[in-house]
Amino acid sequence: MLPKQKVVAMILAGGQGSRLGVLTKNLAKPAVSYGGKYRIIDFPLSNCVNSGIETVGVLTQYQPLVLNEYIGSGQPWDLDSMNGGVRVLPPYQRSRKSDWYKGTANAIYQNIPYIERYNPEYVVVLSGDHIYKMDYSQMIAYHKEKEADCTIAVIEVPMDEASRFGIMNTNEDGSIYEFDEKPKVPKSNKASMGIYVFTWSKLRKYLEADEANPKSSNDFGKDVLPAMLNGGERMFAYEFEGYWKDVGTIDSLWESNMDLLNPKVPLDLSEENWKIYCRNPVMPPHYIANSAKVQNSLVAEGCNVYGEIDFAVLFSGVYIAPGAVVKDSIIMPGTRIEENAVVQYAIVSEDCVIGKGAVVGARPEEIENKDEWGVTVVGDGCKIAADSVIPPKAMVDADKLAQEAKNNARK
Amino acid sequence: MRGNNVLGIIFSNVHDDKIRELTEKRTMGSVPFGGRYRLIDFPLSNMVNSGINKVGVITKKNYQSLMDHLGSGKAWDLSRKREGLVMLPPFGNESTVPNSRIESLYSIKNFLHNSHEEYVLLTDCDVVCNIDYADVVYKHTKNQADITVVYRFGKLPKKICDPTVYTLDPDGRVQDMLINPNTDSECNYGLSMMLINRHILMKIVDDCVSRNLYSFKRDFLQRNVLNLRIYGYEFQGLTQTICSMNSYFNANMSLMLPTVRKELFNPIRPIYTKVRDDMPARYGLGSSAANSLIADGCVIEGTVKNSVLFRGVHVGKGTKIENCVIMQDSVIGSDCHMKYVVMDKDVIIKNERSLLGFKSYPVFISKGSVV
Repeated sequence: MLPKQKVVAMILAGGQGSRLGVLTKNLAKPAVSYGGKYRIIDFPLSNCVNSGIETVGVLTQYQPLVLNEYIGSGQPWDLDSMNGGVRVLPPYQRSRKSDWYKGTANAIYQNIPYIERYNPEYVVVLSGDHIYKMDYSQMIAYHKEKEADCTIAVIEVPMDEASRFGIMNTNEDGSIYEFDEKPKVPKSNKASMGIYVFTWSKLRKYLEADEANPKSSNDFGKDVLPAMLNGGERMFAYEFEGYWKDVGTIDSLWESNMDLLNPKVPLDLSEENWKIYCRNPVMPPHYIANSAKVQNSLVAEGCNVYGEIDFAVLFSGVYIAPGAVVKDSIIMPGTRIEENAVVQYAIVSEDCVIGKGAVVGARPEEIENKDEWGVTVVGDGCKIAADSVIPPKAMVDADKLAQEAKNNARK
Repeated sequence: MRGNNVLGIIFSNVHDDKIRELTEKRTMGSVPFGGRYRLIDFPLSNMVNSGINKVGVITKKNYQSLMDHLGSGKAWDLSRKREGLVMLPPFGNESTVPNSRIESLYSIKNFLHNSHEEYVLLTDCDVVCNIDYADVVYKHTKNQADITVVYRFGKLPKKICDPTVYTLDPDGRVQDMLINPNTDSECNYGLSMMLINRHILMKIVDDCVSRNLYSFKRDFLQRNVLNLRIYGYEFQGLTQTICSMNSYFNANMSLMLPTVRKELFNPIRPIYTKVRDDMPARYGLGSSAANSLIADGCVIEGTVKNSVLFRGVHVGKGTKIENCVIMQDSVIGSDCHMKYVVMDKDVIIKNERSLLGFKSYPVFISKGSVV
């Protein structure tokens, strides 16, 4: 048996994130780029390391190639340690009853052997689609202090938005007496953040019971947690204060990137004692030319800026040509914005070319019918032709674009 | 593919005295350069990109910052079980610190003896370039040379100390070698890089020590010009020789040229450096930047022009920075004016300070100063 690890963290990273459309066409949601140099999974991984958790399992299923390569040995997060470290855990074939991960609880269930190797007291279950900085060790201390079997991190959301979240109704001592999944009339505004601490012996029991129940959908929120509550286990809500955002939709991903440019938003990624680690690109510092205008922006290394950017997040190796304008947009690694192109309210994915004079997206104030407005998304590797116009809310896919070009050529 | 029978040796301390200001608390190899690099990153990355996977770094003094920078060699992919990065600090009894290259090489006799590579590539840290050493090795073996020196054809850089100038026959074999000649015309000057057969290196070093000869250039090279098969390898790419505060400043400024960056930071042969995990640079409201090289972790609220900003530099509101090299983690308050300043690490400039140098004489602010 391996040396005992008191805490093992499991990151649920198998989801497709279909609401992110073309952005998750070739990669899982946790591998989506964020904030000029990060990927979403850097946040739970860095939080784990900064909280002193050195044993992390990453459960993958959907399009794991990019994520596998990105995590690698775990060295960028200091998770290439002798005992423990990070392991990518895909579903695998067994001597009997092999299956894909059927749900979040089933994914953990299938990896009981992995967790058991470390004989932990606590298991932290995290999801790979949130942007936040959190000290899990404090939450574990709270879990111990309350002698809880399950602790769920909650954040106060505005009451009028509470009906979009899973709401925890608690007693005065913080214990949970009821779950309200997306309630029409919420009784409280404490929303679950998808961060759970379990006492492993208890969780194991409930996972096995859940697996034995053929009616179960094998989901934490829908099945395991209600079963624990009904079973009279000690369940507590741990209140978190600070920045937390689910980046599961195009709008929330865009907003969360823009939050980095707002000095009033309490999300500082440069804190020396709580760094967010990532796999760093090997590129020289970025260059700002004489012709450039740069304001309110985040610019990564390897960029060359000759045009105008305002409220822009530029990832490494982005080129902005003279006369090009990028406003309120996110431009992912290796993309070129050619002369006089205008990109507004858009997310442009990796290795795209926005041709000369092309217009991508629009400002909300330019659109009369607000329902037609939305953030424009350009998928990986798209070559947008010169002088073309990509309307707001559009989602451009490289394969479809190539097919259209072929069809047009035939005509 | 890795492994090409070449052992790399880097002299990290040679040339320290050329820019005393910057090497007061560090080695030449750990002098910051180009917004995020240290000078040693160039020879080290060039070696790794040329397939060399064993590199010894010779140090003499002041090498804490160098060791901190290199760590296990992970950033250059040199932290490995087979071969990798080897630090070679001074080794001697009592207070004998090697004073010459020959003494340094003599002190690593065992290291050289125990290596199994056929060739040794010796280099200093004073030349910034992106060179493919694999081609040097190819020419070396093709010429059946004992030693191949890398040179450049052109005018001697100013203030370069003890330059070597080579005369070659049409086959590229060195016929004559001059040290510090008085010449203004174009010539073949050495770039302090050479490839040598390991056994010959060990033999000459022994030979020199036994005769009490300690000048590398005179006793090691010049004396053997006709005894050994010494060939020249012309490097035609871009080089920046750092041999004075002025050339250091100009070399940094040359990075504003797209052609220079394109060649030096060739994505096929990238220059690696220690990772810092800073967030991307942030530009605030009312900031402006022009013709500048700016690294991750910077926070810019003022105006930056014709400058190189290293990682983690803060520029306050209303501050104007022109023609400056500002090293990592320096903080410049608001409403300051800086012109032609080379600012070392961790400097704090309080609000409303003004520092003006001149193009030919940039003002230097030493590490950790408070102005």
